[in-house]
Amino acid sequence: MSQKKVELWVGTFVIAAMLSLAILAFSVAGLSLRGEGSSYTLYASFSNVGGLKVRSPVKLGGVVVGRVEDISLDLQSYTPIVQLAMFEKRGFYPETSSLAILTSGLLGEQYIGIQPGFIDDDIEMLGDGDSIEDTKSALVLEDLIGQFIYSINKEK
Amino acid sequence: MISANVRFVGRFSLEFAQTVGRCCLMFWRTVWGKPHDKLFPLFIEQIFQLGILSLPIILTSGLFIGMVLSLQGYYVLVDYAAEESLGSMVALSLLRELGPVVGALLFAGRAGSALTAEIGLMQSTEQLASMEMMAVSPLKRVIAPRFFAGIVTLPMLTLFFNVIAIWGGYLIGVSWKGVDGGAYWSVMQGSVEYMPDVFNGVIKSVVFAVLITWVALYNGYYVVPNAQGISKSTTQTVVVSSLLVLGMDFILTVFMFGT
Repeated sequence: MSQKKVELWVGTFVIAAMLSLAILAFSVAGLSLRGEGSSYTLYASFSNVGGLKVRSPVKLGGVVVGRVEDISLDLQSYTPIVQLAMFEKRGFYPETSSLAILTSGLLGEQYIGIQPGFIDDDIEMLGDGDSIEDTKSALVLEDLIGQFIYSINKEK
Repeated sequence: MISANVRFVGRFSLEFAQTVGRCCLMFWRTVWGKPHDKLFPLFIEQIFQLGILSLPIILTSGLFIGMVLSLQGYYVLVDYAAEESLGSMVALSLLRELGPVVGALLFAGRAGSALTAEIGLMQSTEQLASMEMMAVSPLKRVIAPRFFAGIVTLPMLTLFFNVIAIWGGYLIGVSWKGVDGGAYWSVMQGSVEYMPDVFNGVIKSVVFAVLITWVALYNGYYVVPNAQGISKSTTQTVVVSSLLVLGMDFILTVFMFGT
């Protein structure tokens, strides 16, 4: 086979390989070219983060508006501090907003649900580095069962 | 009696050390220093030989493996009413394990054995020796382009394998079994990540490519120069490189996904 033909075939082969990598990246892994854009940081302290992980989503009504950046422990109050990266293209939230750690489905992954609060004249919007005070911890099944048993015993 | 056994262990260890040493020296002399003047055209020619001629087997087995995976996965998942997760199951098992490993095994059988037989025949008909007489290093002229072509080719073949297998899974899951097509892709995109899944699979197949190509070239270069020797070397290539791929896959998986 002539050199020209070999080169043609190999060129096709390499281009097709690049195309498959692109298919795997964009169509299978769901990679987005634009990325998630710039983001600002919020902090929140929970009494229990349960199974929350770094990179878990922050959702507002099911729409992903941010991600968990870091989970650390505040050694003064012994409470976990969660650092959130909120996408700027999804906007800003008033300081009366509240966070809750929720579970998708019965056995699904845990994520943070954000509930936007009311907006008034003297309410400011949360900016970079602010923290959200109103938080609700993860549901721990063992605690729930414990409370349930306790309440049954009290009724007797 | 005892001394004979001890001698056996000793000879075995010495031979093993010799093999490893010879292998490393050959590797060093192949990749170190100035490449052959015509390396690039030779390299392209070898990509054709190793890559394009392996395409039919890679594509057909990829298609069928994707279809079987999808069908078996469907039967298990439908019991839990979780057949929507079929896409993520097919894609994750292909990208992380099946794609690199099965691709590498097929490559060892199709391209590795061909490399060993080719080099082995060159060695036994003293073509390599006569090349050296003409002051052309056979390591740089014959071995190096095949080695580099193998490293480049197997990852690309693995990518083809993954794409066509995921499509095969789609064919069975969505077109035959009636899983929702939108759910197949969206659940897949939700659970597959680019760096940990797609890219780690590519790294795996690069490691496998180095192993397979090197075992094949070593066995061909140090062949016993007769018909039986060539057949033995070819068998050795397929057996040793398949075992190395499976063992190495476990080690890589522990490092990549173990934590």
